[in-house]
Amino acid sequence: MAATDIKRYAELSVESADIRPHESTWQRVRRSGSVRLGGGVIALLILIAIAAPWLGTVDPTMFDAGSRDLVPGKTGEMMTDEGDLVKHTFWFGSDSLGRDIYSRVIYGTRVSLFVGLVTALVSLVIGILFGLVAGYIRWLDGMIMRVMDGIMAIPAILIAIALVAMWRASLTTVIIAIAIPEIPRVTRLVRSLVLTIREEPYVEAAISLGSSTPKIMFSHILPNTIAPLVVQGTFICASAILIESILSFLGVGLPPEIPTWGNIMAEGRIQFVSYPHNVFIPGVFLTITVLAVNILGDGLRDTLDPKMAKRL
Amino acid sequence: MTTPSRGSGPVLDVRDLTIALPSGGDRKEAVSEVSFSVERGEILCLVGESGSGKSVIAQAVMGLLPNTLPVTKGQMLLDGEDVAKVTTERLRQLRATRMSMVFQEPMTALNPVMRCGDQIDEVLREHTALGPAERRRKILDTVREVALPDPERIVQSYPHQLSGGQRQRIMIAMALVLEPALLIADEPTTALDVTTQAQILELIKNLQARHGMGVLFITHDFGVVAEIARRVAVLRLGRLVETGDKDAVLKRPRHDYTIMLMGAVPDLKPHGRPIAPDQPIVLQTKKLEKTYADRGWFSARRVVHAAADVSLEVRRGQTLGIVGESGSGKSTVARCIVRLIDPSGGEVFIHGEEIAHRSHRALRPLRRKVQIVFQDPYRSLNPRRTVGEAIIEGPVNYGLSRAEAFERARRLMDLVRMDAAALERYPHQFSGGQRQRICIARALAMEPELLIADEAVSALDVSVQAQVLELLEEIRERLNLAMLFITHDLRVAAQVCDHVAVMSQGRVVEYGPANEVFVSPQHAYTKALFAAAPGRDFAFGRA
Repeated sequence: MAATDIKRYAELSVESADIRPHESTWQRVRRSGSVRLGGGVIALLILIAIAAPWLGTVDPTMFDAGSRDLVPGKTGEMMTDEGDLVKHTFWFGSDSLGRDIYSRVIYGTRVSLFVGLVTALVSLVIGILFGLVAGYIRWLDGMIMRVMDGIMAIPAILIAIALVAMWRASLTTVIIAIAIPEIPRVTRLVRSLVLTIREEPYVEAAISLGSSTPKIMFSHILPNTIAPLVVQGTFICASAILIESILSFLGVGLPPEIPTWGNIMAEGRIQFVSYPHNVFIPGVFLTITVLAVNILGDGLRDTLDPKMAKRL
Repeated sequence: MTTPSRGSGPVLDVRDLTIALPSGGDRKEAVSEVSFSVERGEILCLVGESGSGKSVIAQAVMGLLPNTLPVTKGQMLLDGEDVAKVTTERLRQLRATRMSMVFQEPMTALNPVMRCGDQIDEVLREHTALGPAERRRKILDTVREVALPDPERIVQSYPHQLSGGQRQRIMIAMALVLEPALLIADEPTTALDVTTQAQILELIKNLQARHGMGVLFITHDFGVVAEIARRVAVLRLGRLVETGDKDAVLKRPRHDYTIMLMGAVPDLKPHGRPIAPDQPIVLQTKKLEKTYADRGWFSARRVVHAAADVSLEVRRGQTLGIVGESGSGKSTVARCIVRLIDPSGGEVFIHGEEIAHRSHRALRPLRRKVQIVFQDPYRSLNPRRTVGEAIIEGPVNYGLSRAEAFERARRLMDLVRMDAAALERYPHQFSGGQRQRICIARALAMEPELLIADEAVSALDVSVQAQVLELLEEIRERLNLAMLFITHDLRVAAQVCDHVAVMSQGRVVEYGPANEVFVSPQHAYTKALFAAAPGRDFAFGRA
């Protein structure tokens, strides 16, 4: 190697010296069909939720004894709070108290999406904190994980019922009740990711550069767990929407006057044989929402985390 | 279907082979119009740097290419029969009987839940009508032929019970049990230690001579080429640039690329640079020790000595090389010195200050003085942070303002010969060699007094390796750095080190000036290690 000529190496070497162009993750995500389909449907549902008052709805809690048990498409009358009698077409029919199911289903979108998103967010944030600590600070690992194992040993629905029974049934209670059983799952995922990432040379490099432990945890390890966590978040969101409906359906969720898809179905259950639309229509909305969230999750998993996609 | 004509002509004749790459790649074709042939009873080495398409050719011949890499043009004649055109069924018949392949990683190429004997037996059951007794005799014969001790026990073993070299011998036995006309060996010794590699190369040479088969041997290591090839074909970016007899290509290369490659192969003779005397000691270890203990509740305590009794010193402006095979403890020593792991015993002094047993808080001011560059350039940089952020992280941790740190980063990019624009980009936009330069810049940003290079050039292609070695050498000289250079590659060690410590099983077995250790090794292990270095007496690019 005596007569080395670095320029010559650089010219002939297979590795070119230019900086490569690249496709950003965001571009890749946007090209995915599943992300577009799932994301599109969810965007539409969010629009519906926001625009609920302007979509030809009436107050979803308003009832009129004269318009009970109408089949979809029938026109009836409703008394407003001001005492005016208005004509109203019941596109999805009405329930046994004379409430407009169309309005209730549209307003129910708000509750379902809100519960789904907030539950996902709450359980991710708490799970990430526990997972990072358990994975990086080894002496806390055993303690944290045994608690998590304990929570996982109790069926999710039972925890939810117990919490709602203990406190008052409210949106906050329901979200907490659904989030708690999800936290151990997130914690486990984050912990396992941290255990692999902490062995990466770039983390060791950060240690030898004198970076503090919180800095290593939050700016080196955490950003590299995001992709699988986003995917996990969508699945939590879907399951939270389902569990909220189950709780409402069982009568231990939100109070019955609040329009949620589960409440509408619970109310319609008794007359299911004569008026199946009471259960069927919110059921369709629920199915489409959960399906869309899951499709979005699958698409994100395929584009953000190709390794995980191959495993599944 | 035509019956293959045996006996005359080459075993494998590849003509104008062209294999397309999926769109969006860095070039249109993985392999472009490549023609070469493997004669009966010869070993042809297909050499090239990573991405040259050498493994793609091997997979094409075996019919193992994924659908995303279609053969668009050309023929691959195995005994006159074009394997690009045969049916899947015929291809299955041809594999193992007429051609077979040995892969790089013996750990994953064998099925972990099947006994080795059963894995060889599978080939026989699939392709022959032999009875159980005959098959068993043939398996034992083959295992004996690949020089495995105690064949009866070996065929009953599972892969994890065997060493890497033994597993590779089983792979070879599987490949040879039906006496194919063509053996394709895709980097079969790359994952092995140098002494094991020497044995496997010897084995392949002997078997080839005995059976008279043609061997297509794929490698990136020119030492191995010098050891085993009769003829050599050099690939660059999917194109064949030079073919010829070993001596012609390696000693009198004609193509510019081959000339450059041969110039980049490090010499096994030490550089013989004078060692400046009386420089202050930067790093000193005294009886450094690292043990791992298995503390089972019910089983007996098992203690593993990863490193024991390691006493070394490095002076300013000098390079100490630690050489050894995998598991010799050389990386353990490096990691103890950087305190990525805590030593179990002994002392480490940086400029006379003991650091082996300090608390992490007390260690912090001294961390700056010791920096490390790792082996894998693809994992050494956080993929989610820009190059600039990576380089300024250390200085900012020690109180430099971001603006000052960026100024230093720009100067360092110049020093490692990269464009300052790279600071804004993310690591995945750079090649392996560029990333390793970035890692060096990151380490230098701390203005260390000791730079540890832990196999820092091992993952790089030979031409890139030469550039990075040159760069490290220049930096050491310019900044008067002490360097600890850890490598398994004796050629690299000979070029870089002033002193050498040879490690084996956690202990330093020989330690002294590079000139002495390389020229007249004393310890039996060092002698064996040097004797095993492939192509040790071969003069690359010099005839």
